[in-house]
Amino acid sequence: MNFKLRVWRQKNPAAKGKLVKYEAKEISPNTSFLEMLDIVNDRLIGTADDPIAFDSDCREGICGSCALTINGEAHGPDHPGAACQLYMRRFQDGATIVVEPFRARPFRFIKDLVVDRSALDRIVQAGGFVSARSGSAPEANSILISKHDADIAMEAAACIGCGACAAACPNASAMLFTAAKVSHLAFLPQGAPERSTRVLKMVRAMDAEGFGNCSNTYECEAVCPVEISASFIAKLNREYTMAAFKENAGE
Amino acid sequence: MIGVLDSKVPSGPLEKKWSSHKDHARLVSPANRRKFEIIVVGSGLAGGSAAATLGEQGYNVKCFCYQDSPRRAHSIAAQGGINAAKNYQNDGDSVFRLFYDTVKGGDFRSREANVYRLAEVSNLIIDQCVEQGVPFAREYGGLLANRSFGGAQVSRTFYARGQTGQQLLLGAYQALCRQIAAGTVKMYPQTEMLDLVLVDGHAKGVITRCLCTGKTEAVAGDAVVLATGGYGNAFYLSTNARGCNVTATYRAYKKGALFANPCFTQIHPTCIPVAGQHQSKLTLMSESLRNDGRVWVPEVKSDKRSPSEIPEAERDYYLERKYPSFGNLAPRDISSRSAKEVCDDGRGVGESGRGVYLDFADAITRLGEKTIRERYGNLFDIYEKITGENAYRQPMRIYPAVHYTMGGLWVDYNLMSNVPGLHVIGEANFSDHGANRLGASALMQGLADGYFVLPYTLPIYLAGQIGKRPSTDRPEFAAAEADVRARVRRLLDIDGKRSLDSFHRELGLLLWDKCGMARNAAGLREALTRIPQLREEFWRDVRVPGDGEEFNQSLERAGRVADFLEFGELMCTDALARDESCGGHFREEHQTAEGEALRDDENFAAVFAWEYQGNGTAAPPKLHREPLTYEAVELAQRSYK
Repeated sequence: MNFKLRVWRQKNPAAKGKLVKYEAKEISPNTSFLEMLDIVNDRLIGTADDPIAFDSDCREGICGSCALTINGEAHGPDHPGAACQLYMRRFQDGATIVVEPFRARPFRFIKDLVVDRSALDRIVQAGGFVSARSGSAPEANSILISKHDADIAMEAAACIGCGACAAACPNASAMLFTAAKVSHLAFLPQGAPERSTRVLKMVRAMDAEGFGNCSNTYECEAVCPVEISASFIAKLNREYTMAAFKENAGE
Repeated sequence: MIGVLDSKVPSGPLEKKWSSHKDHARLVSPANRRKFEIIVVGSGLAGGSAAATLGEQGYNVKCFCYQDSPRRAHSIAAQGGINAAKNYQNDGDSVFRLFYDTVKGGDFRSREANVYRLAEVSNLIIDQCVEQGVPFAREYGGLLANRSFGGAQVSRTFYARGQTGQQLLLGAYQALCRQIAAGTVKMYPQTEMLDLVLVDGHAKGVITRCLCTGKTEAVAGDAVVLATGGYGNAFYLSTNARGCNVTATYRAYKKGALFANPCFTQIHPTCIPVAGQHQSKLTLMSESLRNDGRVWVPEVKSDKRSPSEIPEAERDYYLERKYPSFGNLAPRDISSRSAKEVCDDGRGVGESGRGVYLDFADAITRLGEKTIRERYGNLFDIYEKITGENAYRQPMRIYPAVHYTMGGLWVDYNLMSNVPGLHVIGEANFSDHGANRLGASALMQGLADGYFVLPYTLPIYLAGQIGKRPSTDRPEFAAAEADVRARVRRLLDIDGKRSLDSFHRELGLLLWDKCGMARNAAGLREALTRIPQLREEFWRDVRVPGDGEEFNQSLERAGRVADFLEFGELMCTDALARDESCGGHFREEHQTAEGEALRDDENFAAVFAWEYQGNGTAAPPKLHREPLTYEAVELAQRSYK
């Protein structure tokens, strides 16, 4: 298969970026999208052009490193799944494919298709944990958790932290990301003691990083590679409202 | 000069060793802990849990990872589960059984006392993870669920869907985030360690390079902890993440740390086969598929018919034929080697001829497609996503792939290497899995080391080190940093014509061929001739574009490939020296009449730990042996007939 690529090239945050045309020729349909980029890079060896920088690591959809907007969609057209799980047979032969980085103001630009998503780490650092010192845990089966609650917690905990939700959102909101962590811990008894302070701190950290608010466009849910449900945002809002009332009441 | 290797295993009966060791170990008082700076390299299950725990205890920790967030460490990709001796199923499990299964699974090439301790602390890990909010699978009554795994007759594996590694890592990551917020841990993402700094023979620092800016930095600490994972990517294609590398442990080796059993690598039988020369990684398909799938290849060579056109009589169900009692559930190493044999014989399937069928037609006829979909639906979906083939309609194609390395830096019972102050945890060390790792034991070991072993053993070293952290003004730091910079410069200055990947691929194929599922002396000797040639060609003709003071992914990979090009030689040297078969190390010269691995306990019941002697073939590494003695188990030949 042959493709015409238009790839975002920008040497560093200060430089001016632009879409640059590349040809990807004789690509097997069983090549993954990232391998197609590897091939394009391999062929750049010996030319004046530097290889295209892009993030990837596990290449099986779990580490959350890859962060490409492909033809305007975070992670490309094959939902659900991360960009690394996208294969070229999903495209028409001869297609033009536009490749850009994840764009959201809190994601600081680094180079070409690489952005810094440490803003998401800082939201977790604000309170996305259970304060459980190593060695102090009670016997694991001493606290029962219904299968129902454990299953919902797992649905939320499946988030891979890729940031596609924020990249796809017109408001660059990280509500789905934050909601997933808040919900994961809110459904478990171990998360209960810090439940109120956690949601307040995480939402405030999210705001401080410059992420926008949710206006129910559901783009986040549509591009989420692991199908985190937008209903967790409703859960986040409930958790936040309750915690804010409690805080105002001085409880 | 290294004398006899002292494993520092405490005396006393096996089941009392760890508790008595802890009772008498030196401690560092809370007021003194904040005087120490601990360097932790790697943020996976081992590094993340160690950094978080040491931070909780009041040490100052600096934690480095090459990924853009500690949450992306490759532990995240582990699927199946984590073992613990809880005996929640009331099926006769115990610490001893978990210990015994692990030692036996490792084909009696691991250190008995370390493995016993691993089994002992396994239960604490489950408690800890549940308390952190890890959403393990539950039964309807609210209790934790278990499942069975290979190599055991009890049900002791805890799991969180097919994402156990992810959930355990996020637990450790969250604990780490808490300490980052508390200020006890300073996190350095997108930073790799390029050298170890020794001061007066002790590991007192590292040289790092920021992958974003290219800036190198000398970092001093009171102790260095390496948690940098395995070296499976030496083979180029593996189930490891793209960035996994041997650089940190290899550079420590070049600074005097011994590398133990580098030839012990595990090859998983059920992965999706290689599709083309540009494939960048391999994907594992859960071994559980072999419960219902039948493995076969055509009877005759180069049979290009589609599988549905090949009649039953012209198929060779080779595992059922060769191992009638175990059939398709033959153990990992046996299954992998058998697949290689039939493909070497020219009977492999798929475009490349390196694949065998895993056929569900019989199971679908017997149980119905619905049942198969319920059992394996997600795996069939992954398979279709990658290959574009529907495994309900045609057989899957599978082939073995590298996915774990049991070898690693040599450590004593305290997880300290022969270099004082240098501690090594998780997959990066060698101690617990012998010549073959059992499923669901990697997660257990990483977390055991990080949460419950290192936090007790590190103070034994630190207690004598108060106030001994050197300044980075010492010449040792400047020298090491200058070396790192010179090496970066050298890579950029080659300005050759060949791509990095072409070198890495060539090395990978060579290792896979000569030091993979089966090895023999002639092949290993050939590899030992070829690798130095390839290395010489690399340093002459590789092209590393860009420069050193910017975000340069080619440059970071170049350094790693350069290290693999040296390390591959060490793997082959070790494989040649270990003139026996054991676990994943199958020397073709040493097999029973039925083709089973034939151990030689008299001569090789020992750890092979290699000491660096200088670059190249002129100064081959020096072998040190740590004899393995067993007081609680009897060495037996594994049999699967």
